[in-house]
Amino acid sequence: MEHLLKVDQLKVNFNTYGGEVKAVRDVSFHVDQGEIVAIVGESGSGKSVTVQSIMGLIPSPPGMIKGGSIQFEGKDLLTLSKRQMRKIKGSKIGMIFQDPMTSLNPTMKVGKQIAEALITHRNFSKANAKNKAVEMLKLVGIPNPEARFQQYPHEYSGGMRQRAMIAIALACSPDLLIADEPTTALDVTIQAQVLELMKELQKKMNTAIILITHDLGVVAETAQRVLVMYGGVVVESASVMELFENPRHPYTWGLLQSIPDTDTSEKKRLVPIAGSPPDLFSPPKGCPFAPRCKYAMDICLEEMPTDYDISDGHTAKCWLNDERAPHPETFARLGETENA
Amino acid sequence: MYIVKRFVTMLLTIWVIASLTFIIMKFIPGDPFASDADVLPEHVLDNMRAKYHLDEPIPVQYVLYLKSLVMFDLGPSIQSETRSVNSIIASGFPASATLGIQAIIVAVVFGLLLGIIAALYHNRLLDYISMVIAIIGISVPSFILAPLLINYFAVKWGMLPVASWGSFQHSILPSIALATTPLAVIARFMRSSMIEVMNQNYMKTADAKGLSSFKIVFNHGIRNAILPVVSFMGPLFVSLITGTFVIEKIFAIPGIGKYFVDSIFNRDYPVIMGTTVFFSVILVVTLFLIDISYRFIDPRIKLTSKGD
Repeated sequence: MEHLLKVDQLKVNFNTYGGEVKAVRDVSFHVDQGEIVAIVGESGSGKSVTVQSIMGLIPSPPGMIKGGSIQFEGKDLLTLSKRQMRKIKGSKIGMIFQDPMTSLNPTMKVGKQIAEALITHRNFSKANAKNKAVEMLKLVGIPNPEARFQQYPHEYSGGMRQRAMIAIALACSPDLLIADEPTTALDVTIQAQVLELMKELQKKMNTAIILITHDLGVVAETAQRVLVMYGGVVVESASVMELFENPRHPYTWGLLQSIPDTDTSEKKRLVPIAGSPPDLFSPPKGCPFAPRCKYAMDICLEEMPTDYDISDGHTAKCWLNDERAPHPETFARLGETENA
Repeated sequence: MYIVKRFVTMLLTIWVIASLTFIIMKFIPGDPFASDADVLPEHVLDNMRAKYHLDEPIPVQYVLYLKSLVMFDLGPSIQSETRSVNSIIASGFPASATLGIQAIIVAVVFGLLLGIIAALYHNRLLDYISMVIAIIGISVPSFILAPLLINYFAVKWGMLPVASWGSFQHSILPSIALATTPLAVIARFMRSSMIEVMNQNYMKTADAKGLSSFKIVFNHGIRNAILPVVSFMGPLFVSLITGTFVIEKIFAIPGIGKYFVDSIFNRDYPVIMGTTVFFSVILVVTLFLIDISYRFIDPRIKLTSKGD
């Protein structure tokens, strides 16, 4: 089957005063129709840069897409002109940003901000666009949508603003929705509501979603597949079930160990991942995680591991999965006993 | 409620300005007839002082002055006996206001344009060119620019009249000369404000919606960036429409600019007071209108009498 979105060997650099930052290094993944794919990783791991390149939102300069391709519905987005790209942005791909407080224009009525996309892409008349915008506000669960249409963002609460952002992003029924940490800036109960809403709309409209988050709980709740990114590289990629059941990269182990367990009353220390993220000015020639990895071998510092196929759709970029390496499960268990 | 409160404050402000001007004016040594003291006999001078109530004690003069001010009567001019201050303002203000309004239109339109272009091409050639123009505009004084404009456009190329007042052609060169500095200041304000707005998240949202760059800048950028420029425009507007001494002098324009200066040299008390009060009324009213306009530019600003 043809993938909806296929990112292949994407490389993105940023020119800064300190030198060239290699923010995204050979990232490849795909998203299928109607699927929710999560990208997890810590700050600076390249998640946002990856999805912003899909949308053509990398500011250039200083950003530069150095290579690779982004196939979307059979077209390479990287080769499209600005004008062609504008036909896709907001129309076929919608995007929601992290901070709903600053992502809406404070001097424009919320309704108009939703209607704008419809007028631009669907040639709606003002009246039709208004009707559709009110309908969208209703769809995202904003009560009294007619009155809310006329209001400005500062009259909305944080959760409502993120709902309004979702309404903007979904107004033209895009095939793909990119949600860049949509719940990070919201408090926990609102987070759950917004995620629930996204899941519900995703089912209703059969929109594929790329969900960026650093919350594995969110991943488990919503996504079907996960990419784990570290140092600008996808280190592990698997279905959600598979990733939680059978993680094969030490960084993923670290992430899983740092989730607090609220089900048991037993007091347990969370295990942080020691060390700090790699310097992307001159990324290590080996595995980016090797300097922080408890299980690092000599080769890890020397050579970037290839993607090892663990099972169907599950790959891990770690030398431990090589048949010549000591069996990683032993280490995983070792890690568990260490923490007990 | 807010408007009523503001109105009362405005009256108070004008009263304070009028009183301070009165006090300061009385501190200036000499009086309107000091230069005639050698020529005229003492009793003539006394008569003249009596006519303008200058022989009364200062508090009485003050009360008399306030009384006529409330009646919108700014009194007679001492220097030109046949004219009242009201008629001086009435005859000079139209020319000054026309010139000022034309200048402000030029300054705002081109200032905003220059500022926006500079911001959009931040740190690129067009930005540098715009800012060089702006710096020149700020640093070249109008009394240098005006003769230069006259020399080229009027004397050498004969396109426009050298000076004087009458037709629209007459107003072009002085308007440009008057507009240059505010134009440059507006451009710099707009540039920095626009650069800040371009980095805001909602601009990224607009981009992600697939809007054209033009729409992003005009529908989402300018309205957010313009507020600091608007607050600067109030005082600017007032100082331009109430006449400027230098430009009106160079172009021989019958405006009111020169009365601000001449009246002080002549100790022409009623004209000093009249022009000052006139200026402050226009200033206070304009600032009030600017405050109200904020509400329409930025919906987050509410006009309330309390700070809630």
